[in-house]
Amino acid sequence: MQILEVKGLKTHFETRNGTVKAVDGVDISIDSGDTLGIVGESGCGKTVLALSIMRLIADPPGRIVSGQINFKGTDLLSLDEDEMRRLRGNDISMIFQEPMNSLNPVLKVGDQISEVIQLHEGLSKKDGLDRASEMLRLVGMASAQNRLNDYPHQMSGGMRQRVMIAMALACNPELMLADEPTTALDVTIQAQIIDLINKLKEEVGTSVMLITHDLGIVAEMARHAAVMYTGKVVEYCSVLDLFSTPLHPYTRGLMESTPKQASGKNGYLSTIPGTVPNLYELPSGCSFRNRCPDVMDICTQKEPPLKEKSPGHYVRCWKYE
Amino acid sequence: MNPVLLNIEGLKKYFPSRSGLLSGRQNAMVKAVDGVALQIFKGETLGLVGESGCGKTTLGRLITRLEEPTGGKIFFNGNDIFKYSRKGLKDFRRKVQLIFQDPSSSLNPRMSAGAIVGEPLTIHTMSRGKENRDRVADLMETVGLNKEQMGRYPHEFSGGQKQRIGIARALALNPELVIADEPVSALDVSIQAQILNLLRDLQKDFDLTYLFISHDLSVVEHISDRIAVMYLGKIVELADKESLYKSPLHPYTKALLSAIPVPDPTYRKERIILGGNIPSPINPPSGCPFHPRCRYSMDICYKVIPALDDRGNGHYVACHLKTGF
Repeated sequence: MQILEVKGLKTHFETRNGTVKAVDGVDISIDSGDTLGIVGESGCGKTVLALSIMRLIADPPGRIVSGQINFKGTDLLSLDEDEMRRLRGNDISMIFQEPMNSLNPVLKVGDQISEVIQLHEGLSKKDGLDRASEMLRLVGMASAQNRLNDYPHQMSGGMRQRVMIAMALACNPELMLADEPTTALDVTIQAQIIDLINKLKEEVGTSVMLITHDLGIVAEMARHAAVMYTGKVVEYCSVLDLFSTPLHPYTRGLMESTPKQASGKNGYLSTIPGTVPNLYELPSGCSFRNRCPDVMDICTQKEPPLKEKSPGHYVRCWKYE
Repeated sequence: MNPVLLNIEGLKKYFPSRSGLLSGRQNAMVKAVDGVALQIFKGETLGLVGESGCGKTTLGRLITRLEEPTGGKIFFNGNDIFKYSRKGLKDFRRKVQLIFQDPSSSLNPRMSAGAIVGEPLTIHTMSRGKENRDRVADLMETVGLNKEQMGRYPHEFSGGQKQRIGIARALALNPELVIADEPVSALDVSIQAQILNLLRDLQKDFDLTYLFISHDLSVVEHISDRIAVMYLGKIVELADKESLYKSPLHPYTKALLSAIPVPDPTYRKERIILGGNIPSPINPPSGCPFHPRCRYSMDICYKVIPALDDRGNGHYVACHLKTGF
């Protein structure tokens, strides 16, 4: 069963220099209990996609121009702000990238976690705090009860990220949006957090949309993946297909430029030439064509559609027409 | 073996940690670098890895003499760098250059790219006017920018281009040793690969020696000849990259390597999850600093700090476990 289905989503920002099409026609879906990885480099629109699903786009300058976000059959874009508030943190929750900037520095972490629970489940403050300490234990915090009275600055980065996860899971959400949940952390702490999210997913049964720039993390955590470039999904398939037969030249370029064991025997990595184009002035046709090794005439004229190349494997490229 | 370019002996750097708003009472020392001995050979790339707070940046700053050590010595081409005369120090500063992590905050936003790259030339070689401009134009092209961009300001460049400006500035004085402190951490994967390739080209063309500081083990493996692993101010393992990655001898190195996410969904490996966090360098554990997180810890580990031993073929490790895992 699909828990989330995003159809033709467009989120645009009006700026002095023109319209930025941060998310420009995205179709993705997540099955119940599944993990979908959203992969891309900075500026590809992956965070704006998550914020659009949470309906947290500041308007102005941003605006969801068109599309549908169906969560368990309801289009989130048709809900009013009150209904959306009841959903956020309760049915859908989000883990943000920078745990220091997303916790309130003047509130104790216990109060921050219990606030979510009190708000959504109508529990008393005391019961809320009890649940908060239970959540902290669940995410592997040592001496959870005492930690309730800590302020965020008294904790390390890994502990703060655990608090974020505890908060996100406090009301047993059905969908969790994790935006680069381990990027700010050290490798050994990252391993702890990946392990924790994988374990909790099995125990709680939450579906996850995982946003990351790290292909290694996608390989280890996700079952399906969508690769994004300049606001569009360019490849969408199972993680096994993505790594065994990557189709889009951008996906292949990303994989080849990632340093890995035994990569670049002669000491050089293969690269994608150039940089991600400015979103104000995207090239005509396919937005990847200026950096593409396989560019053809048609790429400059018409934008390729997202097409199913083999069952369940979608790619946006003229090579496969 | 190439000659030794930089020799570090028993290097220590302790920072006072003060408490109290007004009294500023000094009550403890942060042992950022605590007894490091290391040699860097001419022409090699030495990778220095470790997690945040392990002292790797402080070590880099000590080598460039941006910090004075609490104890120990550093010799550059045989000369003690803390005993240079004024002129000697200026000369040393030409030969040792830094590339910083965040290209946005390490370039002056009010200076044009040409002025940024040209400033070290003005300071050290007194070159001005056309001579200076020609050299800057050369440098810009060396790092893959074009000379028409000299008049632009940092905000007009992308992250990868800004890092290229930082590299051009470091190259301006023909340095012998370049300390690159997390030079690609702030960059996207596709740009990171371009910069890593550029660093390798420059090393060949200008006979550079690199100390490459990073927390990213895949990047370090890619670029380095030898790798030193740091934990709580100490070097716990040092080896050439093949033996370090194939047969790590320190339990911390082994855990670090197992923690790298592998971009291959069919690959299943044993992952060692280290419990807890890195202990505070103010009050490091007794004995081996890693023992509270080590699954092999023995009685001796609580009491005695293990020495960095040679286990053959230049593979050094500081661990009481002599027989392997």
